[in-house]
Amino acid sequence: MSWSLPAALKSTAVRLSALYLILFTACALALAYYMTSVSERMLTDQTMDTVNEEVSDLARAYQRGGLPQLVRTVGARSRQPGANLYLIADGQGRILAGNVESLEPGVLDKEGWTERPFSYVRYGEDQLGPGTIGQVEGNTGHKAAALVLRLPNQMILLVGRDLREPEILRSVINRALLIALGTMSLGGLLIWFFVGRRALRRIDNVSAASSRILGGDLTGRLPVSGVGDEFDRLAENLNAMLSRIGELNDGLKQVSDNIAHDLKTPLTRLRNRAEAALGGQPKTADYRAALEATIAESDQLIKTFNAILMISRLEAGYSAESLDRIDLRAIVGDVVELYEPVAEDAGVRLTHTIGDGDMTVDGNRELLAQALSNIIDNGIKYSAGSTQAPHVSIHLDRIDREIRLTVSDNGPGIPEQADRNRAMERYVRLEKSRSQPGSGLGLSLAQAIVKHHGGRLDLLPLNPGLSVQMDFPVGKGGLDGAGKAKG
Amino acid sequence: MKILVIEDDREAADYLKTALSEAGHNVHTAGDGETGFVLADNGEYDILIVDRMLPQRDGLSVIAGLRARGNTTPVLILSALGEVDDRVTGLRAGGDDYLTKPYATAELLARIEVLHRRSSAKEVETIYRVGDLELDRLSHTAKRGGQEVVLQPREFRLLEFLMRHSGQVVTRTMLLENVWDYHFDPQTNVIDVHISRLRSKIEKGFDKPLLHTIRGAGYVLKAN
Repeated sequence: MSWSLPAALKSTAVRLSALYLILFTACALALAYYMTSVSERMLTDQTMDTVNEEVSDLARAYQRGGLPQLVRTVGARSRQPGANLYLIADGQGRILAGNVESLEPGVLDKEGWTERPFSYVRYGEDQLGPGTIGQVEGNTGHKAAALVLRLPNQMILLVGRDLREPEILRSVINRALLIALGTMSLGGLLIWFFVGRRALRRIDNVSAASSRILGGDLTGRLPVSGVGDEFDRLAENLNAMLSRIGELNDGLKQVSDNIAHDLKTPLTRLRNRAEAALGGQPKTADYRAALEATIAESDQLIKTFNAILMISRLEAGYSAESLDRIDLRAIVGDVVELYEPVAEDAGVRLTHTIGDGDMTVDGNRELLAQALSNIIDNGIKYSAGSTQAPHVSIHLDRIDREIRLTVSDNGPGIPEQADRNRAMERYVRLEKSRSQPGSGLGLSLAQAIVKHHGGRLDLLPLNPGLSVQMDFPVGKGGLDGAGKAKG
Repeated sequence: MKILVIEDDREAADYLKTALSEAGHNVHTAGDGETGFVLADNGEYDILIVDRMLPQRDGLSVIAGLRARGNTTPVLILSALGEVDDRVTGLRAGGDDYLTKPYATAELLARIEVLHRRSSAKEVETIYRVGDLELDRLSHTAKRGGQEVVLQPREFRLLEFLMRHSGQVVTRTMLLENVWDYHFDPQTNVIDVHISRLRSKIEKGFDKPLLHTIRGAGYVLKAN
């Protein structure tokens, strides 16, 4: 990866590191400024205190013995090791005593504090031997703070202190701060490199994977490192989303295939019939028959269309209709009553049992009746050809917090698990059922309705036959006040 | 019957006009909601046929507006929306009946007749008579030629509906809606089976048929 500055600035990691670095630096600089200024003031105060103390000592000596005593004291103190400066000069500026060797002109003209380089003799701190006594550092001008005092007899006293030590301290502090700053910057860079770059690389991986997926490879998945951090959680969620999209996509593809098949066949028949009616020398009765068949076929097509539309609306979760409290016992009663004569005509025994307990669901009466009627309709159609006494039985039972509605027939059933699974897929019509009348979407529609009500539809094999089991969650009101439901 | 069709689709409107005129009705059409509203408000129509989705003014709003002005002309709503709740909203807005497109012309004609009859009917009678068939709504009994016909409760309601609309064609959906109170679409023609049961009960042993099947439309109960 090549890095240009503007591009690097687009990365969050770089921006964040830079921001932190700037913040750290600002803090460090503020701290450094504070520390130097405080220490400087402390040192200056200390210097001034020392000088003032010396001055008061000398003043006492002067009071005790006059000028000679002062000169003696200054001479003695000048030879002591330390960073103090002493000078006694006469009115003309001639040096009488002290360790200051030379003076810039005009220094002594003004009374009070002065700060400038002085050239003075400094005696070594360790007087181990005579050889070491002497001018350790002699003539170089050292910056010193000094107090100039005019004595009564035109004499001038100067007491000062070398400022080299505070300066050394300051430079030590400055160096320490520089080192600290350098370390911090380096640390920031390292953090950026190891943490930021790593995060960046993972995000880049995610971006790359997403572009691949956007490019059409819906099987692609985002990399998951396995650490279980935020990135992994994000990737896992996105992957789950991709799986869902993939499923929907597959479903859609299959659905369009199935719909095309289910609609194309009758449309072709429609067209052929119209063509056949036009050809030859048909009589009015033939026209009539052809037109009637056309209308019947169109009606069937409309039914299929309506079913498809309804399923997709239900599956899209679109529901403007308000949910009512529906007693499934009433639905079972109604639909069984509606189908009883049909079953009897088909030679099928239609029975139903209703268990105890509240059978109220939150739902839509029309939809629930439609679902049950589709299932019963199928049951009657398929059991009608049974070798045993054809029988469709409906059971409504309360199982814990669910209501189970089962419709069992003793027809041929769907013995193969694979076929049962296929039958549950959307818009699928098992080949064997294509010869049967109806849109063939009855089961799909029933399943969509049950799902829409928060329930589950399962196909269970019977020997012989098929059992369609629909489990509905008990309506909320039913859970609160079990037994209060209307009969 | 004087009918106003408010429908923006020209072809559908023309088709409706032809079909209704052939059935002997006097038909006016309006191509948008606003015109339809003005016409319906001024003209003395027996029935309004209103499409739900109209330019300028939505069909439901037209109906609600008319009802607000005290106009009680029966309204049949036509709609391409066929969801359960669409129907409910349509009827709630003041519609009297709801038909989903595409529909069979016979269904439309039958419903119009029933709507018209309903609006011009006097008090609901307690005893219906068709030929020698008699139904007493109070005692819940049916007799033919003075002989009691034993009916299940649902059969009774079915016969009651047919007798109330005697001489009129009633369709299978109308029966499912009015006798069973369901609007869904059964895969099998369950209604036919119920009708044939009822027919065998009221016609067995009698020469004259009363319950006639109208091909492509539905049923009619009449004496001759």
